[in-house]
Amino acid sequence: MSEADKTGVVKNIRNEQNAVVLELRGDIDMSRSSELREQILDVLQQKPAALVINMTDVAFMDSSGLATLVEAMQLSQRHGSSLRLTGLATRVRSVFEISRLDTIFEIYESESEALS
Amino acid sequence: MAMEHENISEEAVIELDGVTKSFGTQKVLDGVNLHVKRGEIMVVMGGSGCGKSTLLNHMIGALTPDSGSVKLFGRDYATMTDEELAETRMRFGILFQSGALISSLTIGENVALPLREHKSLDDNIIDIMVKIKLELVGLREHADKMPAQLSGGMKKRAGLARAVALDPQILFYDEPSAGLDPVTSAQIDQLIIALTRKLHVTSVVVTHEMDSAFTIADRMCMLDLGKVMRIGSRKEFEDLRDAADGELKSEQDLLIRQFLRGGAEGPITDRQQSSGYADDLSLVATRTQ
Repeated sequence: MSEADKTGVVKNIRNEQNAVVLELRGDIDMSRSSELREQILDVLQQKPAALVINMTDVAFMDSSGLATLVEAMQLSQRHGSSLRLTGLATRVRSVFEISRLDTIFEIYESESEALS
Repeated sequence: MAMEHENISEEAVIELDGVTKSFGTQKVLDGVNLHVKRGEIMVVMGGSGCGKSTLLNHMIGALTPDSGSVKLFGRDYATMTDEELAETRMRFGILFQSGALISSLTIGENVALPLREHKSLDDNIIDIMVKIKLELVGLREHADKMPAQLSGGMKKRAGLARAVALDPQILFYDEPSAGLDPVTSAQIDQLIIALTRKLHVTSVVVTHEMDSAFTIADRMCMLDLGKVMRIGSRKEFEDLRDAADGELKSEQDLLIRQFLRGGAEGPITDRQQSSGYADDLSLVATRTQ
């Protein structure tokens, strides 16, 4: 088991301006996506104006991770929040691309762009 | 040499060493050695009865070799516990020749089945995953249809959506182009390439469709009479296919070339014609004067 697997999927939660920034870490697969889901649901209950998910430290994401983010977008839209993604590694981005989810999500090159 | 894709590593995720299998007195696999690298598309080809399907069945653990070993992800099937076997099976997906959809379930329910059986995922997450999988194969808007309402190509794509439901690391394809028209077949080829490259999976494709094989393969393996005749890059096989008579050094090269070209004349045909017809007719194999 890798070091990342021994620790939680959320590395850090920060409040920035009108947004909450969720920093993730490690591979997000079926064994960890439900933990991510709980954390996201917790944050969205606070109804932030924007939720920025920073995936700089995520090397791999499977379809359960994608589905968790899609659900997060459904919920954030219901709450009037905006969901933004940043820090997608090439391999993670390619999973979004083949699923054509890159056309659905707001994806930013950097966290500062996502926050601006 | 054909340029290797950047996702391909030297690490073998499938290792067959000295695999021999007989059914009754017929030896179907005879000392097969084949290692498949992580991230590559390996095409296994050969004529009917060459042992392709038997080889595939060994790779998925459905058959046990009489001798030799079959390893997936470094683990030998022969020494796996039931738990390890179940865990290994969740790491690969299979696209069966028929699509193998359950006729009483909708396409969406077919894709959801492995997710519901194997994972404790929330229903909403499963619903979203099913939509993602169907979008991958271009069938999202057909989720509520029954298999009988789909064309052959659509069934194949639905089968593929189900095969990738659990995000497998290896995908096995059994004759993916069989029974499809050329356009649909070409679409399936592109899907195999896209899934392999974008999802970083390893693909093993068993086929005798040469157009498809030369479109998708990183490496190719030619089987004949249960033995590996040649393993090489797609470029090596293209060179062999395009070689003139004088450039071929052996009977084996001629045989492979005949298969790749689909020619009616050559060593394969000669072998069939000289296979004891006179003996079968209880004749002395000499010409009547």
